[in-house]
Amino acid sequence: MRTRQVLDSPELRRLVVRRWTISLLLTAALFVAYYGFILLVALDKGLLARRLGGAESAGATTLGIPIAVAVIVVAWVLTAIYVAWANRGYDRAVDQLKKQLED
Amino acid sequence: MPETHTTLGQPTASAVGFFLLFVAITLAITWWAARRTRSAREFYAAGRSISPLQNGLALAGDYMSAASFLGIAGLVALKGYDGMIYATGWLVGWPALLFLVAEPLRNLGKYTFADVVAFRLRQAPVRIAAAIGGILTVLFYTTAQMVGSGNLIKLMFGIPYEWAVAIVGSVMLLYVFFGGMIATTWVQITKAVLLLLGVTLLTLMVLARFGWSPATLYAAVADGYGQAALEPGGLVTSPLDAVSLGLALMLGLLGLPHILMRFYTVPDARAARSSVLYATGFIGYFYVIIPIVGFGAAALVGRDAIGAIDKGGNMAAPLLAEQLGGELFLGFIAAVAFATILAVVAGLTLAGASALSHDVYVHVVKGGHADEREQVRVARWATVVFGVLAVLLGVLFKGQNVAFMVGLAFAIACSANFPALLLSIVWRRFTTRGAVASILTGAVLTVVLIVLSPTVWVDLLGNETAPFPLRNPAIVSMTAAIAVGIVVSLLGREERAEAMFEDEKLRTYLGVGAE
Repeated sequence: MRTRQVLDSPELRRLVVRRWTISLLLTAALFVAYYGFILLVALDKGLLARRLGGAESAGATTLGIPIAVAVIVVAWVLTAIYVAWANRGYDRAVDQLKKQLED
Repeated sequence: MPETHTTLGQPTASAVGFFLLFVAITLAITWWAARRTRSAREFYAAGRSISPLQNGLALAGDYMSAASFLGIAGLVALKGYDGMIYATGWLVGWPALLFLVAEPLRNLGKYTFADVVAFRLRQAPVRIAAAIGGILTVLFYTTAQMVGSGNLIKLMFGIPYEWAVAIVGSVMLLYVFFGGMIATTWVQITKAVLLLLGVTLLTLMVLARFGWSPATLYAAVADGYGQAALEPGGLVTSPLDAVSLGLALMLGLLGLPHILMRFYTVPDARAARSSVLYATGFIGYFYVIIPIVGFGAAALVGRDAIGAIDKGGNMAAPLLAEQLGGELFLGFIAAVAFATILAVVAGLTLAGASALSHDVYVHVVKGGHADEREQVRVARWATVVFGVLAVLLGVLFKGQNVAFMVGLAFAIACSANFPALLLSIVWRRFTTRGAVASILTGAVLTVVLIVLSPTVWVDLLGNETAPFPLRNPAIVSMTAAIAVGIVVSLLGREERAEAMFEDEKLRTYLGVGAE
C-alpha cells in the first residue's frame, strides 16, 4: 500500500526531476568545456599557440598548456559538485522517502 | 644530444626482479582471494564489499592502460602539445559516467550492464544483443592490449613476442580463474598505486632538473625542437573528425563492460558515486602530470634516441627513467608497465567471461535458473575460454597495426552499449525490439564504417581514398543507434515494460530492492 503512495507522491517526482536537471546541467557544462577546447584546437590554433607573459618577457609556455590542464581540472570539479549535491540534498530526500515506505 | 646507451631490451636483474616481486605479491593476493570466492556474487562482484576509495583506485587501475602510460608519454615526447590534447579526451568520460549512468546502473543491475538493459524487457533477445555488443567491445580492446603487451615486453625485456603474450595470458588467467573479482580488484589497486607512484617519481625527477619550474622545461623543449612543440599541430584538423573521436572517447567509457562491472563491487549507489570522484581524481592527476614526463623525455633523452628504439615513442618513459634513475629505476618502470597490462587484461577477461556465463549461459540457455555452484563453475570456464582467446588473438595479430582497435572498441561501446543502457534507464517507452535493434545497429554500423574509413581503408588496406570520410565513426553510428532505438520502440508498445518502469523507480532512485 505504502509503496503505491510513495510512487505517486510529488516528492518522488520532484526528486527524479531534480536529479536529471542537475545531471544534465553538469553534462552540458562538461560538453562546453571539452568540445569548446576541441573546437578551439580545430578552429583557432593561433590562440592556443600564444605565449604567456606579455610581449617583452614572453616565455616558451603557450596558452594551450594551462587550458588543457584546466579542462581536466574542470572535469574533476564538476564531478565534485555533483557528489557534494548528491551526498547532501539527494541522499536526504531518499532517506525521507524510504522512511515513508516503512511507516 | 645525450648518449643513447641503454640496457633497455635486455632482461636485467632489476627489471626481472621487480616483475617477479609483483607477480609473487599478486599471486599471494590471488591465493587469499580464492578462498573467499565461492558464490557468484563473490566471483563477479567481490561480494559487494569494496570501499569507495578502493574501487576508485581499482577503476583507475582498470582504465589506465599501457597505451595511456607509455603511449601518451611517447606522443608528447615526439609530437609535443598534440599529446596533451589527446590526454584530455581520456579523462572527460568520467564525469559523464557519474552524471548519466553510475548510480542507476548500481541500483538496477547485478553483475553486468546487460542486467540493466534487460531489467524490464524480454530477457533472451536483449541479453543476446547486449552480450554481442559487450563481447565485441571487450575482444577488440583485448586484442589491442595483447598485441601491445607482446611488443612492449619484447622491447623492454627482450623476450620473444609469443612468450610475452603467453606470460601475460597465463598470469592474468590465474588471477581471474582462481580469485575472480576479489583478486582482480586488488591486482588493479596494486597496479594503480605503483603506476601513480612511478609517474610521480618520474615527474619530480624531471622537474628537479629544471629548477622545479615547468616553464624552464618548456623553454628547453622549445630550444631543442622549436616553439611548434608547444602548439597544436596536425592531430586535429577537421572539426567533425575531432568531435567524433571526442564523443567515442567520452561516451564510450559509459559502455565499457569492464568499467561498468566494477560498480557492482561496492555496497550501494552512494559508494558507487564516491568511487567515481576518487577515480576521476587519480586519473585526472595522472593525465595532468604525464605530459611533463613526455616533455622531459624530449628534452633530456631526445626525440632521435626515443624514435630510434620505437617509432611510436613508447619507450620515452622507460628511457627517461633510465637516464634519471639508472638501471634500477628503469627496472621498476618496466615492471610497472608489465603490471599495468596485466591488470587491464584481467578486468577485460572477467567482463568478457561474465557476458558469456551470466548473460548468455545463465539467462538465455538456463532461463535464469542456475544454482550458485553451477554459476561459478560456468564463470570459471568462460574465463578460460576468454583467456585462451586473448592469447590466440595476440599471436594472430602479431606485427599488425592494431592501434585503431582501441578507437574501435570505444566506438562500439559508445554506439552499441551506451544508447541502449541510457534509454533503458530514462525512457518508459523503450521496448525489447527497440533495444535489440539499437544495439545491433550500433555494433554493425561501427564496424562497417571503420572498415570504410581512412583508418582501415587507406592506412591498412592501402587504397587511395576512403568511402567514409571520418576516422572515427562514433558521431554517425551513435546517432543512428539512438534514432533506431527510439523509432523501433515507438512502432510498438510493450505494456509490461511500461508498467515496470514506474515500479522500478523505487529501485532506480532510492535503491530499494537493489542487490
